[in-house]
Amino acid sequence: MLDINHIAKTFNPGTITEKVALRDADLHLQEGDFVTIIGGNGAGKSTMLNAVSGVFQIDSGSIVIDGHDVTALPEYKRATYLGRVFQDPMTGTAATMTIEENMALAHRRGQRRSPFRWGISGKEKKLYRDELARLGLGLEDRMSARVGLLSGGQRQALTLLMATLKKPKLLLLDEHTAALDPKTAAKVLHLTRELIADHHLTALMVTHNMKDALQYGNRIIMMHEGKVIVDVDRETKSSLRVEDLLQMFEHTSGAALDNDRMLLG
Amino acid sequence: MDFMKLFNAFPGAVSQGLVWGIMAIGVYITYRILDVADLTVDGSMATGGAVAAMMITAGYDPWLSVFCAFLVGLLAGLVTGLFHTAMGIPAILSGILTQLALYSVNLRIMDGKANTAVNVTKYSVLVSSRNVRSLALNNPIWLLIVISGVLIILLHLFFGTEYGCALRATGANQNMARAQGINTRFGTVVGLMLSNGIVAFSGALLTQYQGFADVQMARGAIVIGLAAVIIGEVVFGKIFRSFWGKLICVSLGAIIYYLVMQIVLWLGLNTNDLKMLTALVVAIFLAVPYWKGLATRPKAGKRGA
Repeated sequence: MLDINHIAKTFNPGTITEKVALRDADLHLQEGDFVTIIGGNGAGKSTMLNAVSGVFQIDSGSIVIDGHDVTALPEYKRATYLGRVFQDPMTGTAATMTIEENMALAHRRGQRRSPFRWGISGKEKKLYRDELARLGLGLEDRMSARVGLLSGGQRQALTLLMATLKKPKLLLLDEHTAALDPKTAAKVLHLTRELIADHHLTALMVTHNMKDALQYGNRIIMMHEGKVIVDVDRETKSSLRVEDLLQMFEHTSGAALDNDRMLLG
Repeated sequence: MDFMKLFNAFPGAVSQGLVWGIMAIGVYITYRILDVADLTVDGSMATGGAVAAMMITAGYDPWLSVFCAFLVGLLAGLVTGLFHTAMGIPAILSGILTQLALYSVNLRIMDGKANTAVNVTKYSVLVSSRNVRSLALNNPIWLLIVISGVLIILLHLFFGTEYGCALRATGANQNMARAQGINTRFGTVVGLMLSNGIVAFSGALLTQYQGFADVQMARGAIVIGLAAVIIGEVVFGKIFRSFWGKLICVSLGAIIYYLVMQIVLWLGLNTNDLKMLTALVVAIFLAVPYWKGLATRPKAGKRGA
């Protein structure tokens, strides 16, 4: 479903702020894979997700989604295949637009937007109401409220719903619970798992929480200095503990895991 | 004090406000919907005026002249849009560059002359300040209300369509818009074109209303447009919440602006000082949200706790 073929990216090459973010990163996902990504500060986790979504062009390598080579495509065109949820709850939704308008925008992802069709129809609203109801946040009764009025957790849950409203080939989750309080984070993670299972989605989830990384998904990868250094499959993963992960990391990278936000508990 | 003199000036202020209200609706599209401050309008409004003046004095129908002014305005917006998106120049600077270039273009349009008269008695025009105190249908206020109303309805419909919603999303959150597959660069260009088309259209009406086009006629237009947008929001924002209602606010804001200007002139302010007054008023209104933010923010020592 996703082939990241030996990609590399250096930011600000030849300057004092030069930063090699990805060096020969290689990753291949089967349909239905739910992969969690962990790694230290600056390991290239978010950069790899952004490379897939086309936020910047990569220096070398190629990215293939469901058989389509998207390496040269601009960000907005790749959106056809991707559902994305960001770390900052403000990023995934348009604050000045209403809940239903945001959902209508997401519902048309990958379609030509016509100046001769209404941006939202009465029929869709019913669908949105049903979808919102599954969040259990009461948003289905506030569909014409501006998204800016919602809390961070509510916005993140909405973004997640929007990312899956039109089934994506690949769901990209970039530390999407990092800015939430533990209780809300757990709720959003639970919802994530539910949506992925219901829609049979292929997903990549960056997390700083080792326990979540073990608990969710069927595969864990570890990144270090812009490379994938450990890839643990379903069978091995189920018997792993956090300590094993840490040991594995230190053994492979020859360095201690230095993520200042890493939660070990 | 001569109240009759003030009272007599009101119809003129209202019709002028209506013309500038159309211009301000153009500004609203960039400033509020796209979240871009576009300074092209100082040039494109005069371009619209120049196009209308030359066409009407050459014997063309005034309706055709305002339509052509709209088309030329689209082109002006396209230039700014390409400066910004294809050449990576910041939006404000792109607008300033186009505005400067349009000064030469406007002189070219008017055959190298700084102004062109459009005599109401010689040519047929849509609106004229000469009839502003008329009680009949030839009073420009009626036609201007109809034109503003039609424009507001059309824009309300457009921004409710799929593409219109995509443009609003582009202005609200570019990252989100791109993640939903919206071409934000193209959208920005479309918005700038639409905005400048409307601004040039209003310039064409202004030329007919005042009976001449002048290369300097729109100097500081962006500030008047912003004043109208902000005054409309502050005074009527609580009453009108729908999209069309917000556009009405803009139009009403422009009318209030001109009424206030008439009053301060009547009170004895020197005409030469008007632009300074406008700039100060806009500066203060723009500062209000910032000051409100300062008042509600917790003290520095408490932050991060």
